Amino acid sequence: MQTVVAYVENKPGVLNRVASLVRRLAFNIDSLTVGPTDNPEIARMTIVVHTDKQGAHRVEASLEKLVDVLLAENISGRAAVVRDLALIKVAADQQSRPHLMELIKVFRARVVDVSPESLILEVSGTVDKIDGLLEVLRPFGVLEIARTGSVAMTRGSDLLRPPAANESPHLEAVGSKAG
Amino acid sequence: MKKMTGAEILCETLVRLGVKHLFGYPGGAILPTYDALGRAPIQHVLVRHEQGATHMADGYARASGGVGVAMATSGPGATNMVTGIATAMLDSSPIVCITGQVSSKLLGSDAFQETDITGITMPITKHNVVVSRAEDVARSLREAFVIAASGRPGPVLVDVTKDAQQSACEFHWEDTAPKLPLKRYRQNYDEQQFARAVELLNTAKRPVILAGHGILISAAMRVFQEFVRTGNFPVAMTLLGLGAFPASDPLNLGMMGMHGEAWVNNAIQDADLLIAVGMRFDDRVTGDLRTYAQKARKIHIEVDRAEINKNVKVDAALIGDAREVLEKLLPRLEPFDRSEWVAHVNKLKGDSAVRDIQSLPDSGHLYAAHVINDLWKETRGEAIVVTDVGQHQMWEAQYYHHNQPRSLITSGGLGTMGFALPAAIGAKFARPGDEVWVIAGDGGFQMTMCELATIVQEKLNVKIAIINNGYLGMVRQWQEFFYNKRYVATPLVAPDFAALANAFGIRGERITTRGEVIPAIRAAREVSETVLLDFRVEQEDSVYPMVPAGASLDEMIRRPSSLVETSQEP
Repeated sequence: MQTVVAYVENKPGVLNRVASLVRRLAFNIDSLTVGPTDNPEIARMTIVVHTDKQGAHRVEASLEKLVDVLLAENISGRAAVVRDLALIKVAADQQSRPHLMELIKVFRARVVDVSPESLILEVSGTVDKIDGLLEVLRPFGVLEIARTGSVAMTRGSDLLRPPAANESPHLEAVGSKAG
Repeated sequence: MKKMTGAEILCETLVRLGVKHLFGYPGGAILPTYDALGRAPIQHVLVRHEQGATHMADGYARASGGVGVAMATSGPGATNMVTGIATAMLDSSPIVCITGQVSSKLLGSDAFQETDITGITMPITKHNVVVSRAEDVARSLREAFVIAASGRPGPVLVDVTKDAQQSACEFHWEDTAPKLPLKRYRQNYDEQQFARAVELLNTAKRPVILAGHGILISAAMRVFQEFVRTGNFPVAMTLLGLGAFPASDPLNLGMMGMHGEAWVNNAIQDADLLIAVGMRFDDRVTGDLRTYAQKARKIHIEVDRAEINKNVKVDAALIGDAREVLEKLLPRLEPFDRSEWVAHVNKLKGDSAVRDIQSLPDSGHLYAAHVINDLWKETRGEAIVVTDVGQHQMWEAQYYHHNQPRSLITSGGLGTMGFALPAAIGAKFARPGDEVWVIAGDGGFQMTMCELATIVQEKLNVKIAIINNGYLGMVRQWQEFFYNKRYVATPLVAPDFAALANAFGIRGERITTRGEVIPAIRAAREVSETVLLDFRVEQEDSVYPMVPAGASLDEMIRRPSSLVETSQEP
């Protein structure tokens, strides 16, 4: 599994271009998240792809060839925080509820909805942690799961910023040789 | 400031971008633009099929080094362009395709002649865009030209809705400069990689350069020659690289790969260093990757980062425009006497005489290789040759020796049958002063022969040689080698091409013996009009040597000596 972070133009069709390119390379996308950045014209993606390091190089290099992708970088192997968020609806009656609450505490999940027969839990963390929680919840009866897919950020001074205006030469510097 | 319609802005933008020729076909959704085009100083070439328009734009681009432009209407007009766009994509050819689209308020409604052409062409264009406001027409087009021609070139499609063409807005050229997304600036130059490359270059005993299309695209011919001569590197060519380095140069070994010369493939397998310049280790040049050039270190000079380590793992990757990289490398290259290695490679050529069909006695049989070799001699190798795809294409690469850049135009990556005739029309418009020859098979020619009418309408002078063997020859050859001669769906009926040419108002002639070849070529070259020559060649000849798909590069099927006997039959 490889994690690629990309900054893209925030406009229609870009998600399609990105997904289509990974499809064309015949890699499975494990998860893909998109969200706005502090610049409304730029969105940030985290793409988790089923491939090896070599495949991830092809993904990042091919992605950066798309006009609308400003930057793409494989951050696998770098120190990074990678988080999923999950909402889990689990069956909970009078009897099982106290037991459940214990587990929830251990996993630092939160109860965000309570009804007579079930609870909705919110939990964030690594994929492994959420998988672990699901594992222990299963005997109680997991009714529904919604997971966001990973978002990722490299640690400390390892900054991944969208390119800035003063960062320089680009396509525009190349003259067209129209015939 | 007077207002202009989107259609007028489109034409004005093309003119300002220096476009002089436009290959296209009108229809409802592009009609406003055609109306404006009628008043613009651009020569519109009416094609007979939109696929032809894209190949013409492609041929125009490859012959000129500029951008070729094709235009079509929405729906079927646009989808007919798909093959030509994919052809340009695989061969990194800069073309801009302009398509009409239904009005923006009808988008997604399955309106008459509506297709999602940007969706369809997304994976086969370098970029594409829908333009739905007159205000965006000029900028989008200017951006399309920049994208098509820069870096690794490729096709760009601009889909303009009918209302964007019809509505009017103010137009100031200065305000429509390209505003492309700000990309990360990558510092291509990496001293570590350069140092590694220089060390390899200056110590290799058995180096071979693999010269590709990138040399032509970056116009690196001069510095490449200097580089080759300084290091005394033997040079193997890719199909699309032919012409990037003179065939007459003693260091030019010829073409590598599936139908490359045996000595070239053997030299590559023997080499201790491969220097790949503007090529991408396509499966047709490497054969089985597990056994490919095992003894060799590899240096890859390539503008497209995504190509590095894609097929072949390399020891030094020099990312950048071929000319710039070679200019940086040259001063650090030490002259190196490699005469022993060069002599060895030349000795490998020795056994090739049996392959050389030219040395066979004339037994009354006409071989394609004879035709192409004679054509090379008669034109002194100075024509622009545009080939189709198949056996004749490989024979052209083997028997027509190109000394000049951009003198061979062929569909390499996609292998598009039907490419030759329309691409030659485009090439002729780009370089009207040059002699242009089509070499096509009887199969591929029938795919786009409707463009003969375009030739007549435009009063063009293009010479056409059909290598007619009554088969889809390359497929037949595969059936002969790998399917036990079961010729399923490869025997092919063709019209009398000479009579067909006459029906279009074009001179045509049929040639069946070797003695007629040169007189026919001479007669065709003497007149300044299009002539079609239908060469009826040996039906079951094959291209040798051949590396079977997936086999090692040195596992070549060689010309069987029995063929000498075959050719002596009555």
